[in-house]
Amino acid sequence: MKLRLGEIAYARSGDKGAAANVGVIARKPQHFELLWRHLTADVVGKFFNVRDAVRYELPNLGALNFLLPEILDGGGSVSLKTDAQGKALGQRLLELELEIPDAEMPR
Amino acid sequence: MTGTIRIGNAQAFWGDDPTAAARLATQAPALDWLTLDYLAEVSMSILAKQRERDASAGYAKDFLEVVQTLVPTWKSGRKLGLITNAGGLNPRGCADACMKLLPRKMKVAVISGDDVLEQIRPTTDKTLVTANAYLGAAPVVEAINAGAELIITGRVADPSLTVAPAIAHFKWSAEDFDRIAGATVAGHLIECGTQVTGGISTDWLSLPNVENIGFPIAEISSDGSCVITKPPGTGGRVNEQTVKEQLLYEIGHPGNYLSPDATVSFLTLKIKDEGNDRVRISGASGKAPPLTYKVSATYRAGYRASGSLTIYGRDAKTKAQRAGEVVLKRVGDVRRSNVEIIGDANAAVLRIVVADERREVVENFTKQLMPLISAGPQGITGYAEGRPQVREVFGYWPTTIGREKVSPKVEILEAT
Repeated sequence: MKLRLGEIAYARSGDKGAAANVGVIARKPQHFELLWRHLTADVVGKFFNVRDAVRYELPNLGALNFLLPEILDGGGSVSLKTDAQGKALGQRLLELELEIPDAEMPR
Repeated sequence: MTGTIRIGNAQAFWGDDPTAAARLATQAPALDWLTLDYLAEVSMSILAKQRERDASAGYAKDFLEVVQTLVPTWKSGRKLGLITNAGGLNPRGCADACMKLLPRKMKVAVISGDDVLEQIRPTTDKTLVTANAYLGAAPVVEAINAGAELIITGRVADPSLTVAPAIAHFKWSAEDFDRIAGATVAGHLIECGTQVTGGISTDWLSLPNVENIGFPIAEISSDGSCVITKPPGTGGRVNEQTVKEQLLYEIGHPGNYLSPDATVSFLTLKIKDEGNDRVRISGASGKAPPLTYKVSATYRAGYRASGSLTIYGRDAKTKAQRAGEVVLKRVGDVRRSNVEIIGDANAAVLRIVVADERREVVENFTKQLMPLISAGPQGITGYAEGRPQVREVFGYWPTTIGREKVSPKVEILEAT
């Protein structure tokens, strides 16, 4: 079944030079396993159409942190994008629809 | 020393609410220190331009307005320390201007030595405008120990503005990395002001009383743990969610958060929501910081201009797309451009940005956008702001410098 990421997580994003980071945090402890299993670096990289997305795990906070290299078109003041600092990437990612096996769906 | 030290932040960036500092001081009578952050990554290049025109400039002039609002607080005899990086490229000039406003005897510290432009210049082909090392807490601690109440710095790492009063208060050794890591986490959490009290939270729509959103306070304990809170009666919210969101803001590897005071691991943190807008953060672990300082350098990167128009009616998005193509065709050869269309089939905003090292190319673009008002699709509007303005671009170049090459400097002045 499909599950919108925003149902089980909240997020915040910002710039790290020409890269951006997106922190994704489980709304409830039981949601973290779903994130761990299904929100891979590959899935997030594909969503934003960037290569070499890196995923860091913070199980103590029920959170994942994604680093997205070169997503900001040069970053900060050089970028020509409206979202030059990646502030909106978190909100965009929360619209991602995860494909979750029925047995794993949160109740 | 035991007990707690209370450090507030009332300015997340240059352009944040200038009335927040005095309000937070009034709302939180037990506050020990206020920190105000003015310097984003390319702020120094803006200050450099201002200094080119006027040698006495080069600091965040808006800060003087904030000092003025704090005059009644200081006049009442209350001790409230203030640490800010508003000094920018000219902390001494900033301090001299502040001294004229202070209402009582007060020690003012100037922290400099962060300017490493001459050392960095030979290492790159870029046309550098500024290069500043992110100093750590040490010189600020020295200033506090010398009795300074108002501390004006150039480039100092944002969390260090919070770490310094904690080190001075608890007399931690500079090698007490776990405790310093805890204070660094506290600094990281409050350095962006209202971003930890509900601002830009995913669930922002459910926040109470955002028009009166409270600025954050870190109550740091002797073990380096802290409680993040905000004054009672203010709007917004501090809970597990707002704290976790801000913890993850602009970080890379969570096991290696780099600051000049300690390399911090977030992987051992524990978060406990104590209710009533109080969240305890404990368990930070730290190790020695890098042997280099981070440097933020800015360089000249040509010119840019951006403009937008709005298109209403049928096929709005398609019309916007076509209008964007028309403009770029008329501009001709240009180094970089970006067309963004935001909206839906019946209303769309067309935004065009053009960048080039040749000013005249960008200048030409500024003349090619507005003709769409009469030559473009029906339904095009939203041109009240007139032609786009050409702006100089300063690129941001992060690099590093060996600590041994940087000498932080502390000057103590006396307001009378």
